[in-house]
Amino acid sequence: MKDLIRGVILIVIISFVLMVINSKLGEGGSRSSKDSITVYNWGEYIDPDLLKQFEQETGIKVIYETFDSNEGMMGKIEQGGTSYDISMPSEYMVEMMAEKDLLLPIDYDKVPNIQNIDPYFLDLPFDPKNKYSIPYFWGTLGIAFNPTLLEGQTFESWDSLWDPSLKGRVVLVDSARETIGMGLNSLGYSLNSTDLRELRQATDKLNTLIPNVKAVIGDEVTQLMVNNEAAISLTWSGQAADMMYENEDIDYIVPEEGSNLWFDNMVIPRTAKNIDGAHAFINFMLDAEVAAQNADYVGYSTPNEAALTLMDPEVIEDERFYPDEETRSHLEVYKNLGLEMLGIYNELFLEVKMNMN
Amino acid sequence: MNNKPLRSIYLIPYTAWVLLFVIAPIALIVYYSFFDLTGQFTLSNYANFFSSVYLKLTISSFWYAFLITLFSLLVAYPTAYFLTKTRHKQLWLLLIIIPSWINLLLKTYAFIGLMGLYGPLNAFLETIGIGKQQILFTDFSFVFVSVYIFIPFMILPIFNALDKLNPALIDASRDLGANAWTTFRRVILPLTMNGVKSGIQVVFIPALSLFMITRLIAGNKVITLGTAIEQQFLVTQNWGMGSTIAVFLTLFMFLIMIITSGGERGTTKVGKVK
Repeated sequence: MKDLIRGVILIVIISFVLMVINSKLGEGGSRSSKDSITVYNWGEYIDPDLLKQFEQETGIKVIYETFDSNEGMMGKIEQGGTSYDISMPSEYMVEMMAEKDLLLPIDYDKVPNIQNIDPYFLDLPFDPKNKYSIPYFWGTLGIAFNPTLLEGQTFESWDSLWDPSLKGRVVLVDSARETIGMGLNSLGYSLNSTDLRELRQATDKLNTLIPNVKAVIGDEVTQLMVNNEAAISLTWSGQAADMMYENEDIDYIVPEEGSNLWFDNMVIPRTAKNIDGAHAFINFMLDAEVAAQNADYVGYSTPNEAALTLMDPEVIEDERFYPDEETRSHLEVYKNLGLEMLGIYNELFLEVKMNMN
Repeated sequence: MNNKPLRSIYLIPYTAWVLLFVIAPIALIVYYSFFDLTGQFTLSNYANFFSSVYLKLTISSFWYAFLITLFSLLVAYPTAYFLTKTRHKQLWLLLIIIPSWINLLLKTYAFIGLMGLYGPLNAFLETIGIGKQQILFTDFSFVFVSVYIFIPFMILPIFNALDKLNPALIDASRDLGANAWTTFRRVILPLTMNGVKSGIQVVFIPALSLFMITRLIAGNKVITLGTAIEQQFLVTQNWGMGSTIAVFLTLFMFLIMIITSGGERGTTKVGKVK
């Protein structure tokens, strides 16, 4: 019994000492939220050198945290108890968060670098007049494929995925809007369809794709494609860029029937503690040189017009990642369809997944 | 030590635990299951659960949980029996238990590499002349990895039951003329049935709600109740529907507990005779 008590006391003392050391280490240079900001971003979505540069230039310490889904991110902000100063929701999520009053309006007097952004990407329907958000990166949804693993099939349309020779080779994304959207697009319907008849048709069409489906997964697909484990996948453009960076055989196309055009945006959540710091961070990220370096690192397409002039011309002339306006006119931005519709999309998607067994 | 106030002090942690972490969450889940997306009271979630897609999901979850439990048992029982016969049984047991301390996700990721087209398993199949097979993202890989993960949990209770078995009873059975099979069937198995039952409980119930493995290893070709709950809460944000599925999952768990804890007559008592 004595040993036990001694052991417990020892553990308590050690924990306490470690706690003190930890809080001392955490303090660093900053004593209050005045000289630090907390950035809540997607994983692998910023050049870490830029965070250091920002700290040196402004003296504001950056605490960096990551999330892996829009919904999870919103949940955390909505439940409170967090003090994120910057977050990066996708366009439909900006709309949803604005509706729920989770965002602070941006003060453009503090963000002069907004002039660097291509006007094409401003004042979009999901956030009129960019009241709450500024585009960070944009991209498309398309097909990544590895010609060396295939027998000469080419991909121009969604329909080419239905080719009977592709049995068990296509990897889909575990996300209802993307996968059902692909079904809708292949039938010539809108990605934002709320017509139950159209959605039913899209689901039926996806059911006929099942023999060709290898798996329905998330980010893991990048590694599978890089390692030649998978030959074809439904992929976002930046993810495709990551794949190509590591495996040169891979190619990427945006299907001709149309596809999704998306934006991730910088916003200031209502729970922010250091609002000035958040504006300073946004302005910093919009700087031409910073944006160029970041785009180079991350591999997604930047909406920063001034940055494009500083980038490798080969990259920005690549139609796969910087499609011209003509191609972009075929693309659709997701609208927030409301929770009820989202539920229907997910139930239909669940049905497709259940049919795979 | 037998005075009453002291005893009620001892009760505090237990009662607090049960209230906060068992009764309150279940009550909340039941409560949420009666509300729709707009916060209106409704029974539609329950009606929806009996629609074809969720019913199919439940049946397939049960089927896979059954397969996983069955194969775990088939591997675990002989293993546990063998372990009790070895000289350093605690050491051998420890070697089986240690991998279960490592995070489940890490082990799952390892299997993606092992079972891949260019992984060691396929390299082996190729050298013995069978040729490359698609192993990952199949029912087989799902059941295999799940069984691997659950085996230690099945071995432990069976091992304990076998270890406590009085060897004199087996000798007696043999002396009375029973052959090895009859001894096993009439003496060993009934006396270790409780170990088997708790093994089934700790495997079957979590297997019903497995998720992540369904995506990483089965590529969502197998979907369990756990996956459906996760989707409802995180993606669809339909807490009502997610709670409804959770209510059914909880009911199934109680049902399995009742089935596997029944019949605690005679058999156990004999086992405790020294």
